[in-house]
Amino acid sequence: MAAPEQRRIIFRHIDEPGYTNDLACYQRNGGYEVLRKAVLRKPEELIDEVKKSGLRGRGGAGFPCGVKWSLLDRKSGKPIYLVVNADESEPGTFKDRYIIYKDPHQLIEGIMITCFANKVERTYIYIRGEFPDGATILEKAIAEARAANLVGPNILGSGYGCEIYVHRGAGAYICGEETGLIESLEGKRPYPRIKPPYFPAVLGLYQCPTIVNNVETLCHVKHIADMGGDAYAKIGTPGNTGTRILCVSGHVQRPGYYEFEVGRVTLGQLLNEVCGGPLPGRTFKAVIPGGSSAKILKFGERFKGKRKVGAEMVDYDWGLEDVPMDFDSLGMIGTMGGSGGVIVMDDSVSMVEALGNINAFYSHESCGQCTPCREGSLWMKKITGRMVHGEARPEDGALLKSVADQIAGRTICAFGEACAWPTQSFIAKFGEEFKGYAEAKKKPRGDGVPELV
Amino acid sequence: MNLQAETLRRIDEVIPHYPVKRSAALPLLHFVQEDQGFISSEAVEWIAAKLELQPINIQELVTFYPMFRQKPAGKRHIKVCRTLSCAIMGGYRTCAEFQKQFSTGLGGVSPGGEVTVEFVECLASCGTAPVVMIDDELHEKVDAAKARDLCDRIKAGTATAVPSR
Repeated sequence: MAAPEQRRIIFRHIDEPGYTNDLACYQRNGGYEVLRKAVLRKPEELIDEVKKSGLRGRGGAGFPCGVKWSLLDRKSGKPIYLVVNADESEPGTFKDRYIIYKDPHQLIEGIMITCFANKVERTYIYIRGEFPDGATILEKAIAEARAANLVGPNILGSGYGCEIYVHRGAGAYICGEETGLIESLEGKRPYPRIKPPYFPAVLGLYQCPTIVNNVETLCHVKHIADMGGDAYAKIGTPGNTGTRILCVSGHVQRPGYYEFEVGRVTLGQLLNEVCGGPLPGRTFKAVIPGGSSAKILKFGERFKGKRKVGAEMVDYDWGLEDVPMDFDSLGMIGTMGGSGGVIVMDDSVSMVEALGNINAFYSHESCGQCTPCREGSLWMKKITGRMVHGEARPEDGALLKSVADQIAGRTICAFGEACAWPTQSFIAKFGEEFKGYAEAKKKPRGDGVPELV
Repeated sequence: MNLQAETLRRIDEVIPHYPVKRSAALPLLHFVQEDQGFISSEAVEWIAAKLELQPINIQELVTFYPMFRQKPAGKRHIKVCRTLSCAIMGGYRTCAEFQKQFSTGLGGVSPGGEVTVEFVECLASCGTAPVVMIDDELHEKVDAAKARDLCDRIKAGTATAVPSR
């Protein structure tokens, strides 16, 4: 079956010739008209639209946005904050970069609608330190919007006001974890907080009720306010509504960003048709479908089971290429849609070395607060590093798995899972390659086979 | 501390963005590093005093966040992405080429003081791998040949000099 056409809602103007990131261009294209109408409505109505839309967070966990907002403690009498997670730190993910750099006013409009709906009076955009120009672009866009009375006090004469400030991170992955991000915004080391009691909706920034939403999620809010929650819910598939930006990197002919209705494109269509298939003379070997924490998938795998379609349970029997790219389907086959970062590896890649690369990342990025994660991620890195650069033993795969199995579920935040899942899934899917690595690495390395560790 | 007037202006502008002064710690560290090139122990104490904190409250940030340096870097700071998508597209070769061209190891300052070459983790531009940041500027699809070209331009002084923000 041929791949469906892309449906660009968030990325509608990205790559459009002549489209610039300034206010005038945004307004020529209908910008801020949705905000203009939104401030004439009741805030509760807007929250209802988002609930009806079924929008799920685009940062990684896929948590329903309307539910997140409804958990907010609105009776505490404390100010409510919105914190925009623009840390985009999950390896393989690069969608928010293009929103920020090429269409920052779309984000600001989404922020202001979200703030009006939730009676937020102050927002911080936490942007990764590696986007210095992105921070400048956002600051300029906010200044333009403020000058046009779209941000700041009494916007559009509505009596409602909200300030937006940009806050730069400084290169730490853990700041993408929402409570780590909040600690960082408070000027501390980004050690994630224990939940309960520190659910951001109740005890977030400065111990006040706080919403933390991803950049792409907030852009969707603008379009939901525009078309209505019911209309938005018809896009995509039930339970996986709207569009989603898939970021494809690695060994395909045409890597890049592609926006599809959620669940309408399969992994095979995405990689073989949209991205043009493997590089010449190569074949696909493995794919990580939702950022580097997501469990790896092996080409040739089949998945069988029962799934809910409407009210009925139906059997499914999928090859890897048949799997729809939505939160629930990827969850059913034991991995996740995560942040939408699809990393493709072909037959030139050694899985031991790829895992060594990933382990080095997690070891570098563990905040060090919880012993199982700090020590476990370090030892997984050391073991894979030794396998590549020193002696590799047939039992190392089992050793790696035993370390990984002792991390997940024993840490304050989900980094424990994030660093354990790669090792667990690589060993489960490619265990033989780990057993045979000592022999395999005696053979001369092919031309163009990249070093990874 | 001998900070430029512009740096002092930015510092005074940013502190009131937060209801709690401590929140301004990362912005101040960025501004001071952009001004001075690195964070000295004097800078740690100055920022702490400015925000009414203890020096350890600032020092612990400098040692945690990878972007802050306690020593000066070379005139140009070359940061090569090390993470998976870049690595499988040849990021290690790219990094080796920069090191070779400036006869320098990872993290140090090259003999002429021209550059510091570093591996960094994911720069969030995986679709155009391998990527490199030179100071604040992103360079995409940097294979070994493009790395050599960038090195030549840095040596000739013709690479876009990107002033720190």
